[in-house]
Amino acid sequence: MQIHISPNDGVPIYLQIVNQVKYLVGSGRLSPGEEIPPIRVLAQQLLVNPNTVARAYLELEREGVVAKRHGSGTYISETGSPLARRERLKILTQRADALLAEARHLDVDLDEVIKLFRERQEILARSQK
Amino acid sequence: MKTDSSPPTDPVVEIKGLSRRFGAKLALDNVSLCVPRGMVFGLVGENGAGKTTLIKHVLGSLKAQSGEVSVFGLDPVTDPVGVLGRVGYLSEQRDLPLWMRMDELLRYTQAFYPTWDVGYAEQLRRQFGLDPASKIKSLSRGECAKAGLLLALAHRPDLLLFDEPSSGLDPVVRRDILEAIIRTVADEGRTVFFSSHMLDEVERVSDHLAMMVNGKVVLCGLLDAVKESHHRLTLRFGTAPARPPSLAGALIVHGGGQEWTVICNGALGELIAEAASLGARVVEQGVPSLEEIFVARVGARVLRTQPSSDL
Repeated sequence: MQIHISPNDGVPIYLQIVNQVKYLVGSGRLSPGEEIPPIRVLAQQLLVNPNTVARAYLELEREGVVAKRHGSGTYISETGSPLARRERLKILTQRADALLAEARHLDVDLDEVIKLFRERQEILARSQK
Repeated sequence: MKTDSSPPTDPVVEIKGLSRRFGAKLALDNVSLCVPRGMVFGLVGENGAGKTTLIKHVLGSLKAQSGEVSVFGLDPVTDPVGVLGRVGYLSEQRDLPLWMRMDELLRYTQAFYPTWDVGYAEQLRRQFGLDPASKIKSLSRGECAKAGLLLALAHRPDLLLFDEPSSGLDPVVRRDILEAIIRTVADEGRTVFFSSHMLDEVERVSDHLAMMVNGKVVLCGLLDAVKESHHRLTLRFGTAPARPPSLAGALIVHGGGQEWTVICNGALGELIAEAASLGARVVEQGVPSLEEIFVARVGARVLRTQPSSDL
């Protein structure tokens, strides 16, 4: 599980872990049923306080992203797919918001943005042939 | 099973009203703090803020002039054996006997600690890549730090006491030190009390934090609570104010023209309402990093000591 922590970016460390696990689930790099590292192992890997990792896992469990199995470990939820889709859309939503804001600043209207999307899609599709 | 009758929240280190004067300089000014068991407690402050003086009182190498220091419920000055036998200490000055070889140093140190774990010491020696036949005086700075760390850990102390452990070291050794801190609390439920001016490290590994400025503790508590009680607000004014805006709870203000950024301490709702009463709206709001809070706190002190000026 590849997670990167940057203590200075203003997002609490536990939330950075939560967001990145969700991102890994959303992008399919963590599959339903896959085990994630025990708290102390991840704490040592990331060099963060174990209580911080525990808080992140608790939050992920509360949101249904992961589930604890009695006496064994913590696993990505089997019911991951609808949530994964929601998370995928959430990631795109943030990008879309940023793009729309920038379009507004640059005085480009929505129709032009959509037209640009179609054009780019065609170019990308052609280049992949 | 450990049959400990004391509650788990029992403080490992308890300091009450500690003051210390060196000549004319008040190095510690009525310092009180508590290091709870099983926690990582980070002590931050500028050079000369009193961190090392405070740690020397915990070790019992300085005696309280006024106030009280207790470690495991004992007085470190009158009961050094009871305290130091359970403490793993590492300082920036790694005073190792230079004439010894590594294996001699391990055997020599082992003699002081009944709880010394030979297997663990050997495991750490290999992990740190320390040659048993090498002379201490031939070790590099990083190797000296690793040797010091090994000596602090191998008797599995109940309290790790580190004074600026990462100072002047390369990232690999700093990582070894942070790993030792994490392992100590994660695997063994022991306690760590360390000072550092590497604020990103403190932010990564600490549960609790105390910030010292000029011998005083200006902030103390759970790291999350300290962070959540501070805000970074960017204010936008309809017309540029003639002078930096003054908000109650503002620690530091910078910016210019119509936009000013304030690091402040207080309830968010009140701060936003106050900004509105000054004719500004909040255009950006965030949680400052520990470094921003630190600079704001220390900067605020610097500003206060200068005569106020309307320029």
